[in-house]
Amino acid sequence: MEQYLIYNTLWYPILTVLVAVPLFGGFITLGIRGDRNLKIWGLLVTVVTAVLSLPLFFSFDLTTANYQFAESRNWIPFLDIGYVLGVDGISVLLVLLTCLVMPLCILCSWSYIQERFKEFIFVLLFIEASMIGVFISLNMVLFFIFWEAMLVPMYLIIAVWGGPRKDYASIKFFLYTLIGSIFLFVAIIALYVTTGTFFIPELMTHQYSFSYQIWIFLAFTLAFAIKVPMFPLHTWLPAAHVEAPTAGSVILASILLKMGGYGFLRFCLPIAPAATVACMPYLIVVSIMSIIFGGYLALGQTDVKRLIAYSSVGHMGFVTLGIFLLSNVGIKGAILQMVNHGITTGALFILVGMIYERTHSREISDNSALGIMMPIYVSFLVIFSLSSLAFPGTNSFVGELLVLIACFTKYKIVGGFAVVGAILAAAYMLRLVQKMVWGDSDGHAHPGARSELFDLNFRETATLMFLTVFVFWIGFHPTPLLDVMDASTAHLVKQVESGMHTSPAGHHAVLNGLGEMVKNLLAFNH
Amino acid sequence: MILFLPELALILMILVFFSVSLATPNQKQLQGMGLFLSALAVASSVYTYGQNGTLFFDAYRIDAFSQLFKIIITFGLFIVIYLGEGLSGIGTNLKPEYYLFLTLSAFGLACMSSAVELITIILCLEIASFALFIIIPFRKHGAYRKPMEAGIKYVLFGAAASGISLYGISYIFGMTHTTYLADLVTIIPGMILQQPLIMIGLVMLLCGFFYKLALFPMHFWAPDVYEGAANETSSFVATLPKVGAVALLIRLIFLAGVDSGQFTWVLAILAVLSMTFGNLLALVQTDIKRLLAYSSIAHAGYIMVGLVCATELGFVSGIYYIAGYLVMNLACFFVIYNLAPNGENISFDDFKGLYKRSPLLAFTLAVGAFGMAGIPPTIGFTGKLFLFTAAIKKDMYALVILAVINTGVAVFYYLKMVRAAYSSVPSPMPKIQLKFSTTLLGIFFIVIILYLGTFPQGFIDVAKEAVAAAI
Repeated sequence: MEQYLIYNTLWYPILTVLVAVPLFGGFITLGIRGDRNLKIWGLLVTVVTAVLSLPLFFSFDLTTANYQFAESRNWIPFLDIGYVLGVDGISVLLVLLTCLVMPLCILCSWSYIQERFKEFIFVLLFIEASMIGVFISLNMVLFFIFWEAMLVPMYLIIAVWGGPRKDYASIKFFLYTLIGSIFLFVAIIALYVTTGTFFIPELMTHQYSFSYQIWIFLAFTLAFAIKVPMFPLHTWLPAAHVEAPTAGSVILASILLKMGGYGFLRFCLPIAPAATVACMPYLIVVSIMSIIFGGYLALGQTDVKRLIAYSSVGHMGFVTLGIFLLSNVGIKGAILQMVNHGITTGALFILVGMIYERTHSREISDNSALGIMMPIYVSFLVIFSLSSLAFPGTNSFVGELLVLIACFTKYKIVGGFAVVGAILAAAYMLRLVQKMVWGDSDGHAHPGARSELFDLNFRETATLMFLTVFVFWIGFHPTPLLDVMDASTAHLVKQVESGMHTSPAGHHAVLNGLGEMVKNLLAFNH
Repeated sequence: MILFLPELALILMILVFFSVSLATPNQKQLQGMGLFLSALAVASSVYTYGQNGTLFFDAYRIDAFSQLFKIIITFGLFIVIYLGEGLSGIGTNLKPEYYLFLTLSAFGLACMSSAVELITIILCLEIASFALFIIIPFRKHGAYRKPMEAGIKYVLFGAAASGISLYGISYIFGMTHTTYLADLVTIIPGMILQQPLIMIGLVMLLCGFFYKLALFPMHFWAPDVYEGAANETSSFVATLPKVGAVALLIRLIFLAGVDSGQFTWVLAILAVLSMTFGNLLALVQTDIKRLLAYSSIAHAGYIMVGLVCATELGFVSGIYYIAGYLVMNLACFFVIYNLAPNGENISFDDFKGLYKRSPLLAFTLAVGAFGMAGIPPTIGFTGKLFLFTAAIKKDMYALVILAVINTGVAVFYYLKMVRAAYSSVPSPMPKIQLKFSTTLLGIFFIVIILYLGTFPQGFIDVAKEAVAAAI
């Protein structure tokens, strides 16, 4: 086990602390009275977590693909389940993203949530602990526990604080994600029985037969594809987004969806490389479909939140596309795109929440012509919309560019389809901006509601300002982030390449034949 | 003398309640007495843990296995008495008798975990059942017919199950000329592959315990009995007899040996049918107790997944799961009991808005239901992890896949319970004021479900020792 881990040398066990601080902070919440105190406490805990997470970035060793800041303890020796934590270049950015987004979730709920504040803060802190846990677990069972434990608080966020159709949305969310992961559970146990270990890096080094890999791959992929979500398993997402309160949407978009992408990178590729290569064509096709259908459906929405939810499907399509091109550039682009999507879409949901607090409507038509009333608001709206459609100079541009480069180097026609998705993104975002900022610029759209509109206050401006910094920082200088993932993605690509040749794929003639056909179709312009 | 201490404590409790039933004590004193005496029984079970020996011409064995089950059973009895504060569903004049028969049934179950001879086993099974036959119709509330119907159904099914068991024993005795498990374990494994009759005998014998466990096809009584009996009775029927049944099933399945061929198949098929049937029917229930009855049928199926493995891991997982099931189910019944001050049945509508009326009850329900659904980090998740690992180690992939699909189906109705509790209603009912002792019990349920789910190793070590003693 030691050869994969670089033990933590900081003065505190950073990864345990990142899980423990929100968890215990959450329990302390139950004893605090007064909404104001609760808000301040929630903010304090999340900010402390964020500050404590910073050494992950600044002390990160860029030269190794091993798992850093690692901790390892016995937990349930009965089944050899250890408490093993560690981060590498793939997960570290997602952990940081989680830690930095959570304070914003508290801030954007400051006046949005009106009731049961104590429970809300508790649930929010609990979900933070479990999300961080998902990214840092190096033990399959530990990973699965965090993965599932996160469902309950998210379910409650939607079910208790959600909109009018919260009942439907919350149960749909819960059932979809849970049913996706039951086969993941079987796959985890099957891997344990075959190899005798739950330790993830060790599982990657074993050789499995091709048909075994296919089964494992399918079980994993179902779980992660639902989480991402990939077309056609995306239907839970718009429902959940529309009904969830702002903080819930931000968590869903910024972090929860990333777990799917992370799962692909952490499990599917290294554990079942031969199966990944065999299934690659299908997943590329599905990714392209996600990009195009997501964009197309977003084009037709009148509800702002629903529009952004569908745009998420499209953006996450770029992520899975980057992953399954199985090239270093593509995977880097995918990880960067995950971070970007977390920042940009999170910000857009915060913006929707802000306008909803003022006009109590999420319809585009009810929120048009805001430019004259709320100049600061629309400035942010334009910045994040441009970022969402991957305007050069913003963060998403870099991520999408990397994925597209990977496309055009491997399959030109795939790149062609992906570009269509990018154009669709421009179409729906610009339409949104045009309507919301200018719309009926005669100012008579809403004579009644207009008087209640006031521009962003200091708290709201600060929330968005924080994310704006990242939009431009990543947009103009992505090198530090790319450097962080460099060693790990190179290692991952090497794992896939060395793994794909070892297992002859002879048994699955039909699957291979189909796969070749799709591959030829994709590359007919090569 | 010391070997028999837990049973003696229970007998003392029975005698005390018998003499008390001649007078008319008040309910507070009765419950206090029940708590004290059952705590004594728990203490004596814990005290005798680690003792080894046999009694009654080797028909009765005291080992780590039996004592662990006695601890679980007496502890369950303690919780059931604690939970049923005030016995709101039972008529006033019947309360002392109620405690008497409850204890008598627990006594039968405790003896069952020690019985290692077929006639003794049947005797204990009958003691446990007869006491329950009497108290199931004890119910103050509701239509007169329902409790009686439940009582009759339980008697008829119980009698049929015992009959089948005895018939099975006659085969086994006829072929092996012994009723001692210690002798059977050397004879049956050699016979089971050549002589199909012995397998038929074994399966028939097991039917008596399938009945207690409510496993398909001996499950038909469960929904009606749960629904018809008083809430506090249901909480007993739903939990303790199953613990006793698992103890015996482990002893009996072990008889067949590891390579029992068709026998494993029979049990695996029953497990699948049981969980599928239970889960599918639970989906459409509106009465919570009926729903829990169907869910218990499904859980019997999950437990069988571990037991059919007939390996140490499988048995240990089975014990862990049944202990977890006891706690989770009691947590749900705890909520039901406290929601129905007059002992009426609870439906989904009664759960609505519970989180406003009593956050603690809503949270206990959520933890109990999510636990039974198998969401980490509860005891239900860890239990399923162990059970499925045991089954996959025996290459029973199909069984495990069917089981996880069932888990997925089951989530829907557990979620329905939680969803009702956390949904808001326009005009919520008045708040529920919980007594301090009740609050304490609710917190206890939450803590134990989460704690044993996160740190199972301690319990597993004990269970492992117990299984090693039994096999």
